[in-house]
Amino acid sequence: MATVEIRFSALPAHVRTARLVAAAAARRAGVDEQLLDEIRLAVGEACSRAVGLHRRGGLNVPVTVTMGGEGERFVVAVRDNLGDPSGLAAPEPDGWDDVMLGLAVLRGLVEDLEVHQLADGAEVRMGWPAPNHA
Amino acid sequence: MDLTLDTYTLEDRTVVRVGGEIDVYTAPKLREQLVDLVNAGKFHLVVDMESVEFLDSTGLGVLVGGLKRVRAHDGSLHLVCTQERILKIFRITGLTKVFPIHNTVEEAVAATD
Repeated sequence: MATVEIRFSALPAHVRTARLVAAAAARRAGVDEQLLDEIRLAVGEACSRAVGLHRRGGLNVPVTVTMGGEGERFVVAVRDNLGDPSGLAAPEPDGWDDVMLGLAVLRGLVEDLEVHQLADGAEVRMGWPAPNHA
Repeated sequence: MDLTLDTYTLEDRTVVRVGGEIDVYTAPKLREQLVDLVNAGKFHLVVDMESVEFLDSTGLGVLVGGLKRVRAHDGSLHLVCTQERILKIFRITGLTKVFPIHNTVEEAVAATD
């Protein structure tokens, strides 16, 4: 399905780039302009989650984001490579687990959301209507 | 757009005016500002978010951390926000029940806990 794929080092600075690319790809896929803010936020959350897991797990591999049209949907999949999340370093010093808070935002925000645990990581898959997608 | 922070005093409150994007990259800067204020003995804070263009869960986490810090000193943290796209994130996470959210800085300063 992918028409755009990006791979980036697990650095917070790159999450903004992923958000911008996702919004541009969604617009190109024919997604309603009113959904672009939601897509920006959702992709940012999914990427922040992956970056947070990679950093806490000490992983030196990139986060992968694929996005594109699937039928009349615009689908974004964000993939981390943390096989076993147990034994991670403690969350942020404020005591709030940003990864869990990010998932809470995603679940409240995106109707079409699936989180798949894979052998070598997890994939957050999100979709939005793109009726004009060619 | 990067995060901008501007701090001033209004009556007995310290107002932090935040602009730009609060995300996983910029949120540490806001966290540092809130920690510095608390360490300087400023326990009654108002965070003015009217110029915030983007907020994610990392930013929410920083605000919650700030609230916990001021409350440890019997302080308060009020928010100013009227932007629907930002308010939506507070609602999704149930944090509208945790933070007092006001329409104006004046209203937030006048509020009592």
